[in-house]
Amino acid sequence: MDRYTLSVLVENHAGVLSKVVGLFSRRGFNIHSLAVGVTHDETISRITIEVSGDENTVEQISKQLNKLIDVIKIKTLKAEDIVKRGLLMVKIKVNAKNRGEVVQIADIFRANIIDLSQQTVVAELTGGDNKLDAFLEMLEPYGIEELARTGMIALERGTNSLKV
Amino acid sequence: MKMTGAEMVVRTLEKNGVSVVFGYPGAANCPFIDKLSHSKIKHILSRNEQGACHMASGYARVTKQTGVCTATSGPGATNLLTGIATAYMDSVPLVAITGQVALPLVGKDAFQEVDITGASIPFTKHNYLVKDGMELQRIVDEAFFIAGTGRPGPVLIDIPVDIQKQEYDYPAEDKPVNIRGYKLIGKANEGQVRKVAETIRAAKQPVILAGGGVVNSDAVQELRKFVRMTQIPVVSTMTGIGVLPSDDDLYFGMIGSHGMKRANMVLNHSDLVLIMGARLGDRSIANAQRLEARTKLVHIDIDPAEIGKSVQPHIPVVGDVKDVLKQLLPQIEGYQAPGEWLDYVAKIKADWTVEEPHGDTGYVNPKYFMKRLSERVQSDAYVATEVGQNQIWATNHYIFKDPRHLITSAGFGTMGYGLPAAIGAACGTDKTVFAVMGDGSFQMDLPELGTMCQWGIPVKMVLFENKRLGMVHEHQFMHYNSNFQAVQLDGSPDFAKLAEAYGIPSATITENSQVDAGIDRLTAGKEPFLLIVSVDPFEPTGGALNESKFKKEAK
Repeated sequence: MDRYTLSVLVENHAGVLSKVVGLFSRRGFNIHSLAVGVTHDETISRITIEVSGDENTVEQISKQLNKLIDVIKIKTLKAEDIVKRGLLMVKIKVNAKNRGEVVQIADIFRANIIDLSQQTVVAELTGGDNKLDAFLEMLEPYGIEELARTGMIALERGTNSLKV
Repeated sequence: MKMTGAEMVVRTLEKNGVSVVFGYPGAANCPFIDKLSHSKIKHILSRNEQGACHMASGYARVTKQTGVCTATSGPGATNLLTGIATAYMDSVPLVAITGQVALPLVGKDAFQEVDITGASIPFTKHNYLVKDGMELQRIVDEAFFIAGTGRPGPVLIDIPVDIQKQEYDYPAEDKPVNIRGYKLIGKANEGQVRKVAETIRAAKQPVILAGGGVVNSDAVQELRKFVRMTQIPVVSTMTGIGVLPSDDDLYFGMIGSHGMKRANMVLNHSDLVLIMGARLGDRSIANAQRLEARTKLVHIDIDPAEIGKSVQPHIPVVGDVKDVLKQLLPQIEGYQAPGEWLDYVAKIKADWTVEEPHGDTGYVNPKYFMKRLSERVQSDAYVATEVGQNQIWATNHYIFKDPRHLITSAGFGTMGYGLPAAIGAACGTDKTVFAVMGDGSFQMDLPELGTMCQWGIPVKMVLFENKRLGMVHEHQFMHYNSNFQAVQLDGSPDFAKLAEAYGIPSATITENSQVDAGIDRLTAGKEPFLLIVSVDPFEPTGGALNESKFKKEAK
């Protein structure tokens, strides 16, 4: 099963997200990750959804989404055509002895340390799935206290774009 | 122009050609009901909101207009849901207007509050919770546009009671509908249509599978022309019944688990299926993958999501069936289905068409009854059915001459649909409307007899009485080792007396020899009538009476 990224432009009003998300569970499609935000046109929100499935399934998802009146436009994006980023914030348990190591790992990944206490470090990192996963793998041995991770957002490379 | 929200709704309904609203009042839709009474629009009071919704659905199917129903908030609105889902599954254009608690109370678990827009998302084409009364004109116009165009379906508008009551200063001019997320499907891709024509020309055993989309797109004339020209045999789904007259030489009947054997056989022996406006539900095509592997499939549908949902067609065509047929007709001129294939299907028809026995046995054969009914009444009559054996007896044995004359819950299989749908249908036509029912489904919505009487709606009711939930009874014989559970309808009323209590005349027939007289009595006069038809509890749904295992072994 391949991973696909759907970019969906929707009307920016209440209830639209639940119509979109409800469709996935109702029709048995799986969401890998989801991110929503308003676009530069404030009447329009952009939902980025990562799904996995075969080509037919993804086509069916796209067609079903298109039937929603609040969905204005939709595009299925291939991994090679896009830039894709997610954000994570992670809180790691540290002590005076290993704090330096954690900060060093963060440095290598170009993560930012955004909070520091005697017992904890909070780091933020943006990147693709692989980078975020690798970072977490490195931090695992120190003890991850808390993790918050966004869905992926994506834009097409070059001059292609999704517009109303 | 100053007017209340409710007045704006009524005004916009009138503008959209609405002449009747089926509904049930409550505190939250009272301002609307109040303003409705000052308009030319008639309000038909049902006995349950579900009935009102089915009535709107029956009305829509007969008139081709969008049906309108209304209910109050909370339980009124939830009672509509079965009706809305029924309309959704059969692509019936419907606008449901529900009252909601006042906007400041929304989300506070107020009295009779329910999130009906949330609840109805899965089975509405679209829905609205109105939060600004100034938007009402746009929303109601959009609702009618969405419900009635493309693949039709139900749209729900939830209007808080304070917005209905409040006065607004509306602009004098209405804005035309323009929805950026809803664009109508244009002409089908010409290359695809050309491929279809080429494929037809190469086909040795072509068959047309017609669904409700042919009816909804008003493509019946084009389809009939196409069939006359090409001689391609036709089978249909339940909602496609009537696209060709049931007794046409080239029509083989309904396909599927409760369809006609001969229709399934023609489909299964074909080398090309032209699927037109059908979604290939599991009851129509049990094994879609096998069909896909065995024969060439062309799928024409206005809803792109239907193409590739159940089967992967070899040639997909997104478009309105009527338009596609118009494009296709000149391209297949001169083609005729091979004589060998036509001989073959004619033989199937001859082998699998049995005369229903109608000697006296102490019961009426319902299949014989339905056939006789269609022979004895004008072909412009409408037949609404309930769900269960009565539905299959009606669909397979009544001879329908045209589409839209069968009003039935095909996709959702809603018991309790037929009686209110017949009432709604009768509000939209002056032709005879039959309600064909079983004694199980009749009891689901029988309070609607009151609606029929209150408004003088002349529905001609046929009640197949077998004191069973017949279809489940048969199912338990076949799959549960005859452990007949919860299917006996002991405790049912004396239906003649029940009708009498409503002032509805009735008659009972118990033998096939009484069928013609019973039908004549049923159809005489212009008032409601109940004909009780006594049916063997072991009468099978399909097959010939005297061949059925069910009949022989279970008794």
